Amino acid sequence: MSISSLVALVGNPNAGKSALFNALTGARQKLGNYPGVTVERKMGRLPLDDGQVIDIVDLPGTYSLAPNSPDEEVTRNVILGRQPGERLPDALVIVVDAANLDNHLRFALELIALGLPTVVALNMVDLATRDGLELDAVRLAADLGVPVVPTVAVRKRGLDHLRAEVSRLLPSAAVPIRARPQEQDFAALQREAQRIARRAIVSESPSRRLTGAIDKVALHPVLGLALLLGLLFVMFQAVFSWSEVPLALVEGALAAVEDGVAAALPDSVLRDFLVQGIIAGVGAVIVFLPQILILFFFILMLEGTGYMTRAAFLMDGIMARVGLSGRAFIPLLSSFACAVPGIMATRTIADPKDRLTTILIAPLMTCSARLPVYTLIIGAFIPARTVGWGIGLQGLVLFLLYVAGIVGAFVAALALRRSVTKGGGGGFLMELPKYQMPFVRDIALGLWQRAVIFLKRAGSIIFVTTVILWVLLSYPKPPEGSGYSPIKYSAAGRIAGLIEPVLEPIGFNDEIAIALIPAIAAREVAVAALATAYSIEDAGGDEAKVEQSLSDRLSGRWSLPTALAFLAWFVFAPQCISTIAVTRRETNGWKWPTFMIVYLTVTAYIAAGATFWTATALGL
Amino acid sequence: MRLDKLPQGRPAYVDRIDWTRMSPSEGQRLREFGVCEGASIELLHRGGLFGGGAVAARVGRMTIAMRAGHASAIEVSTEAAASAVRGTSVQASSQAPSPDSALTA
Repeated sequence: MSISSLVALVGNPNAGKSALFNALTGARQKLGNYPGVTVERKMGRLPLDDGQVIDIVDLPGTYSLAPNSPDEEVTRNVILGRQPGERLPDALVIVVDAANLDNHLRFALELIALGLPTVVALNMVDLATRDGLELDAVRLAADLGVPVVPTVAVRKRGLDHLRAEVSRLLPSAAVPIRARPQEQDFAALQREAQRIARRAIVSESPSRRLTGAIDKVALHPVLGLALLLGLLFVMFQAVFSWSEVPLALVEGALAAVEDGVAAALPDSVLRDFLVQGIIAGVGAVIVFLPQILILFFFILMLEGTGYMTRAAFLMDGIMARVGLSGRAFIPLLSSFACAVPGIMATRTIADPKDRLTTILIAPLMTCSARLPVYTLIIGAFIPARTVGWGIGLQGLVLFLLYVAGIVGAFVAALALRRSVTKGGGGGFLMELPKYQMPFVRDIALGLWQRAVIFLKRAGSIIFVTTVILWVLLSYPKPPEGSGYSPIKYSAAGRIAGLIEPVLEPIGFNDEIAIALIPAIAAREVAVAALATAYSIEDAGGDEAKVEQSLSDRLSGRWSLPTALAFLAWFVFAPQCISTIAVTRRETNGWKWPTFMIVYLTVTAYIAAGATFWTATALGL
Repeated sequence: MRLDKLPQGRPAYVDRIDWTRMSPSEGQRLREFGVCEGASIELLHRGGLFGGGAVAARVGRMTIAMRAGHASAIEVSTEAAASAVRGTSVQASSQAPSPDSALTA
């Protein structure tokens, strides 16, 4: 059996390439990475009408074959057959935005000149019509010398036609054709593109009325900023209010499983392991799935509508003050969900110094993994009362924690730009795409992929660390009647005892020391670790204590200054192996991740200490 | 007139771009956006509430954002705009000097 044919989707950013990819492949997608670089590789399987099933790859959007960033380099290398880990495509599907032909055709001409079998997808023809453009696809095909298929990816229009054209192209590729890159005069290509575009346009009216009308508000210096802040406020409110019902459902399900296991099994090591180890540990993390999905829903919506670039535009002025570009806003905002995709998103920042600074401060954005820790501690220690005007104290504290992260990041950026990442351009050039309604399928697919990644983490890293931790916390058992606390006597308790002297001056106790070790794997594990630690400790006690929630257990044992110091630690601490690993990959070495760990740990230690002693001095 | 000083909403044409005031890759990106001598351009928004912010401009059928510093490297004139056909996209300009000198690097 021979390898199936490979077709590459290629085109400008904002041509609707990913929507077309999703429409063609549906859920038959595989996300991965190109070896050696952290550019996401999106592969899918596409069954054609003639019975063969081909591979289709969605290449990063780029404006030309002269790369300006690592993503764009991958696109060029794949098309020229030079990308390690990817075979030369047998055919290209060039995706162009029907409403922006004179720009997108220049790149299309550059690609057609390579000589690979090619079909052009004239995408988003519906939006072009909305913008008052009428196009002649037949004329365009004649001028370009390749088939042209009008498509509306989100409505699956033109896909049958596109598949038919692709299968017609493939037999001719039985003998592999190598792309012939040639030096082409940029200005000449541009003129040719404009000439062809004008001939293809049957009629047109002034462009982009809808987008222009929205931008009058969205890009307004005052109204636009108010809108942006409003959106962010709604987003963080929703993370809490919308998640109440699904959260209760997940918690209910977990409690039912726990009761079921406890009832079904006799009192044994296995039962302890399942109930205290796995269900308490992994369960404590899984309950945050609804909140993480809500956050990603907003980020995917903001990206899908085209608003995210407007946010970058509005923020550029402020970002410039700390030596960053407005482009850094998108990676930093994504870092509120998780620093890993955030750091990967810095690939769109062309300037290396800008990019490095953004990577180094990304972990300061409050990622969703910190949310479990924050909500647990706030729930346990901050009274649920209002401070006037209907503002809840708990929500206010949470907001302040986010602000602390942002302020910390800006101060860090300022300091870094004046020291280790001095110099560099700090430019800001980006396209503001037209607004569009994101399609349910694209958002749902994105959320599904995030959920799978999160649950895989819960099922692998978090599961393993929980199991190891449970063993370390449970053994060795103190001798019967010795009066030792089982936690302190256990292996974990002894390890924690070693680092406790370092943490004691900033108000941390043994259990925190125990929780911080596995939190290096993933922050949210701290919650699981505390849950496991206290549930083992209380298991020997009376029934009422076992029934207590983790939050009740904490509020009974920690002082308020300790709880606040713990929160302050989590604002700054770099403790997440995934973030460090992605930083190493993105910066090609251990130098910058090491620097990041050191500067963030020192900052976290100082912040926690300052918080603890201030709170203690205030008599809290 | 420099693009950053152009009144909002008045269509203009690019006369001359000082490519030396930006890095080669920034120059390349601007050209890829369709900003070249002879292109029709219109200033749409100024972003800076806190000063020094970006500006948004329409070039052809695209809207692009750039810093005021880059906008000030773009010399524009409005005279040609008055006689030009309303609503057309980028005008090809045969006498435009080749910008390829800035492409090398």
